[in-house]
Amino acid sequence: MEQQYLDLYKAQHESIKKHSAKVMNNLRDAAFSQFEKLGFPTVALENYKYTDLKEPLSIDYGLNINRIPIPVNPYDVFKCDVPGIHSYLYFVVNDGFYPVSDPRNSKLPDGVIIGSVKEVATLHPELLQDYFGKLSSTKEDGLIAFNGAFAQDGFFMYIPENVILDKPVQLVNIMRADVDFMAVSHNLIILEKGAKAQLLVCDHTVDEVRFLSNRVTEVFVAENATYEHYKLENAHNKTTNLSTLLIKQQASSNVLANVITLHNGLTHNMIEIDVDGEHCETELCGMVIADKNQQVDNFTSIIHNKPNCSSRELFKYVLDDSSKGAFTGKLYVAKDAQKTAAFQTNRNILLKKTAKMRTKPQLEIYADDVKCSHGATIGSLDETAKFYMQARGISEEEARLLLMFAFTNDVIENIRIPALQDRMKILVEKRLRGELSKCEGCVICQ
Amino acid sequence: MSTDILNEVTQTDYKYGFTTDIETDIIPIGLNEDVVRLISSKKNEPEWMLEFRLKAYRHWLTMKLPDWAHLNIPEIDYQSIAYYAAPRINAPKSLDEVDPELLKTFEKLGIPLHERMALSGIAVDAVMDSVSVKTTFKESLSELGIIFCSFSEAVENHPDLVKKYMSSVVPYTDNFFATLNCAVFSDGSFVYIPKGVRCPMELSTYFRINAMNTGQFERTLIVADEDSYVSYLEGCTAPMRDENQLHAAIVEIVAMKNAEVKYSTVQNWYPGDKNGVGGIYNFVTKRGICKGAYSKISWTQVETGSAITWKYPSCILLGDNSSAEFYSVAVTNHHQQADTGTKMLHIGKNTTSHILSKGISAGLSQNSYRGLVKINPAAENARNFSQCDSLLLGDKCGAHTFPYMEVNNDTAIVEHEATTSKINEDQIFYCNQRGISTEDAVGLIVNGYAKEVLNKLPMEFAVEAQKLLQITLEGSVG
Amino acid sequence: MLEIKNLHANINGKEILKGLSLTVNAGEIHAIMGPNGAGKSTLASVLTGNPAFTVTEGEVTFNAKNLLELTPENRSREGIFLSFQYPVEIPGVSMVNFMRTAVNEHRKYKKLEPMSATDFLRMQREKKELVEMDNKLANRSVNEGFSGGEKKRNEIFQMAMLDPMLSILDETDSGLDIDALRIVANGVNKLKRSDNASIVITHYQRLLDYIVPDFVHVLYDGRIVKSGGKELALELEERGYDWIKKEVDGE
Ligand SMILES: Nc1ncnc2c1ncn2[C@@H]1O[C@H](COP(=O)(O)OP(=O)(O)OP(=O)(O)O)[C@@H](O)[C@H]1O
Ligand SMILES: [Mg+2]
Repeated sequence: MEQQYLDLYKAQHESIKKHSAKVMNNLRDAAFSQFEKLGFPTVALENYKYTDLKEPLSIDYGLNINRIPIPVNPYDVFKCDVPGIHSYLYFVVNDGFYPVSDPRNSKLPDGVIIGSVKEVATLHPELLQDYFGKLSSTKEDGLIAFNGAFAQDGFFMYIPENVILDKPVQLVNIMRADVDFMAVSHNLIILEKGAKAQLLVCDHTVDEVRFLSNRVTEVFVAENATYEHYKLENAHNKTTNLSTLLIKQQASSNVLANVITLHNGLTHNMIEIDVDGEHCETELCGMVIADKNQQVDNFTSIIHNKPNCSSRELFKYVLDDSSKGAFTGKLYVAKDAQKTAAFQTNRNILLKKTAKMRTKPQLEIYADDVKCSHGATIGSLDETAKFYMQARGISEEEARLLLMFAFTNDVIENIRIPALQDRMKILVEKRLRGELSKCEGCVICQ
Repeated sequence: MSTDILNEVTQTDYKYGFTTDIETDIIPIGLNEDVVRLISSKKNEPEWMLEFRLKAYRHWLTMKLPDWAHLNIPEIDYQSIAYYAAPRINAPKSLDEVDPELLKTFEKLGIPLHERMALSGIAVDAVMDSVSVKTTFKESLSELGIIFCSFSEAVENHPDLVKKYMSSVVPYTDNFFATLNCAVFSDGSFVYIPKGVRCPMELSTYFRINAMNTGQFERTLIVADEDSYVSYLEGCTAPMRDENQLHAAIVEIVAMKNAEVKYSTVQNWYPGDKNGVGGIYNFVTKRGICKGAYSKISWTQVETGSAITWKYPSCILLGDNSSAEFYSVAVTNHHQQADTGTKMLHIGKNTTSHILSKGISAGLSQNSYRGLVKINPAAENARNFSQCDSLLLGDKCGAHTFPYMEVNNDTAIVEHEATTSKINEDQIFYCNQRGISTEDAVGLIVNGYAKEVLNKLPMEFAVEAQKLLQITLEGSVG
Repeated sequence: MLEIKNLHANINGKEILKGLSLTVNAGEIHAIMGPNGAGKSTLASVLTGNPAFTVTEGEVTFNAKNLLELTPENRSREGIFLSFQYPVEIPGVSMVNFMRTAVNEHRKYKKLEPMSATDFLRMQREKKELVEMDNKLANRSVNEGFSGGEKKRNEIFQMAMLDPMLSILDETDSGLDIDALRIVANGVNKLKRSDNASIVITHYQRLLDYIVPDFVHVLYDGRIVKSGGKELALELEERGYDWIKKEVDGE
């Protein structure tokens, strides 16, 4: 399986480099030898125990190494009218930043840079130098190594010191191709001291071919900065989404990451938040609604390296039909991270006999003055509650919906953008009613 | 709590560990097929037993040491170990020859006199008391048709039962240490409770004496036939002297329809000194099968000893409506490492399991809970509840929790809760204000914390275990 | 018996007691009143040696001993008892076991033999009657699941068991219903002798109808700013603390 990619790299590495930026190319060969060594991850590895990549990786995908422009105008494809969500809107088509920005976007605050990694790297190499690959290149992971070897571009966002973005940035990823297609991208987000930003990432597919996306996102949150990361996945079920989100937090920073899978094929989200300064707050949450043969694996770690920080993690899964869910929540408290307060919860509902859930919360604690806990449950809907509602005249179907909706609600409540929260409530309800069984365009903007 | 006190109490040595030079009838060190044959012939075993050992030995050669546990296991040279040792020859003749420190511990634990002698390694025939105790027990048990004897005796006298059940729960291919045990096991105990019989006594006092010199590769098999009940106690609160560093035991339990087996362990083997030198490596495979409907197995363990503990008493819930429990207290101090927990495998309908684990870490120790709850597709209405708490005493130790939950049936309810925190300073101060020293306060609080588990032990054992925690804490934790 | 001179104490660097002085003699009952956050509980904590607080200045002598040098448990064994404003729950530790350990530690300090189980149980029965405590409570874990009122009664029960020289009652009256209040006060009065003393911290004059103080002090901003007889409590009940605050802050 690896062989074709090894051959491809050996034959094409010149072109790959030619169409990328120096800061990426610097790390490319090392990443490639790492990939040569590791290969693609298998279920024998703890991190991929519950995600078997054999089938999706056996497909013969096309890669756009020579960066041929895709003939699509996302503004035509998606009739976005952004109800209530005023945002700075950007598009990524497959793995390339769409160069034309929305004419309706208002001017960004001074010093804020949003664009393609490749372009910014040529204009302001000094901005990326200290950050690019600093988190990802230290990881022993075949998919990340693959990304290092093949990613040629990605999304870039820079918020200078003390700048507060007044509106969320909305990034719409569109997968568009006529043949089975693999998109490989590497995003970089930098918030300087005291900066504040919200990013909403939506994943979509428009063509009925097989897609595989391998995306690495690195986020650096400096002292006193606040960063919110929302990811909404709404892709068709021939999509394989392999994403890595690496966040590093400096002192007194605040991070919220909320990862929602509404519709997908096979998803493996690896999320690692490295809390490397005192007095940080971290909130990581997520929700999965899956049916048919969908598979979602959220593999998360929160690493507390410094004292006096707090973190909360909450993940909820609703699994129907033959869907498979997996969750790993690793909570690591280093020796010096005294007074850490870290709480983790994972709750799962199985709606059918054929649905499967695997959960693996872990506490690894080396400091003594801590308060840490985790709780995990797997079960079905509360029958007594359902009966109570039926006894009040609510139909069984409606009672089920109400309960499921209530179940997912606290993840939605964690969204700090009110308009997005409202929108999510509607979308989740639609999804639970089976009205969103197929992704159709940009749900956020519908 | 002031760090001074913590330092002081976590640095006190394990007072009761010691080694003795003993003359033994030892097979040359190292392991090969001839050694396996020699062990078998020394024990006068039948051919089928030798075949079993050899099969296991050959398989063992193909296996690798597992590395998934949160343990740092030093390289073990399996060729430098003696795999068979006959009983001691120059054992002490009376209590006067026994280490007074050891006797003091027995005193504190309130262990009866005749047992003290046996436990100190005094040759069994010198202990008239216990011999008569043993005989009385044996008589009353055999009247009920209960078989309770050493594993070797069972091989000789009840070969059909042994053949039928041995290795039926832990296959000889199970894991590195279990396979090694199958090849070279020394001795152990065998219990058979016939249909409809409730074993009238805890198989404990007797066992303690019986179990002397079973060596490092112990093997226990308990079969509870339909509608029977037995409570079995393994180990003892007294510090176990043992010059063997590697222990790899197997315990198998079979519970038939409506049968109930309670298995309780108190493990207090030498943990090594405060620099982490010496100490027992304890790699145990314990597994029970709830074979029949409505059967029940419960594991209760209090683990305070050993340098390294690797142990996961597990249950296969095969019979419909069967249930299983796992209650554990594990205390680690100095350089001790413990990776312990359970596996609950739900196969039958309406099966329930309950896990309660309390970890206490002090010194430089690492204490991990590792568990798996697996609900098979056919296990309708399975229920599991797990609670894993960790208490930290001191800032140089670690407490870890690795539960795995795999659910393949929508009618299952699986719940897991875990907490980790340090000992509560307000509680210590409250005790101080009532005149109780910090050391005693820690003892009280930790015992309270472990209470739910200690309560599951049979009465006589519970009292000893409680004292043991107190002593362990007095001497080494708090 | 107790002499506090110019006591300064802080918690996490925040100064709470700012030069407090107070003398308590055998046979006396002192009431300490004062607005929320004045430092009343802090005083109790410092006297009993709670490690969360740091003494930066001043001295405290108790029966001619330097109290500040003693460990918390030895202060207790010397005869200082605190009825906690918020009694602590200790799960799994039974009241009986807890109290027996405490009583025997006190006896050991006085070079007495430990009490036999029978004697201990008899004493426990007697003292329980004093505070009309439910028998069942003694078999439960220390304060676990006790109601607010039960916890307070349990504190007085422990006080009776340990027979202190100086008892400090930190808002033992709050959370008690009228009957319980009378019972608790009764208990305290029965334990009063000419050779022991009490410091009663309270917000309510009501308690002082039952436990009649010899002195009433007002603690404000880390110091005793006013002292008087029991009529001062009545005046405070009527007029509140504002006039005192004005007097002090106006200085
Ligand atoms: N752990 C702490 N950290 C910081 N400040 C504290 C701490 N504990 C107490 N304080 C502060 O010390 C001051 C005195 O508190 P204290 O409890 O002694 O008041 P009090 O007079 O007993 O009040 P109350 O009548 O409400 O019981 C308050 O301002 C309180 O907020
Ligand atoms: Mg107070």
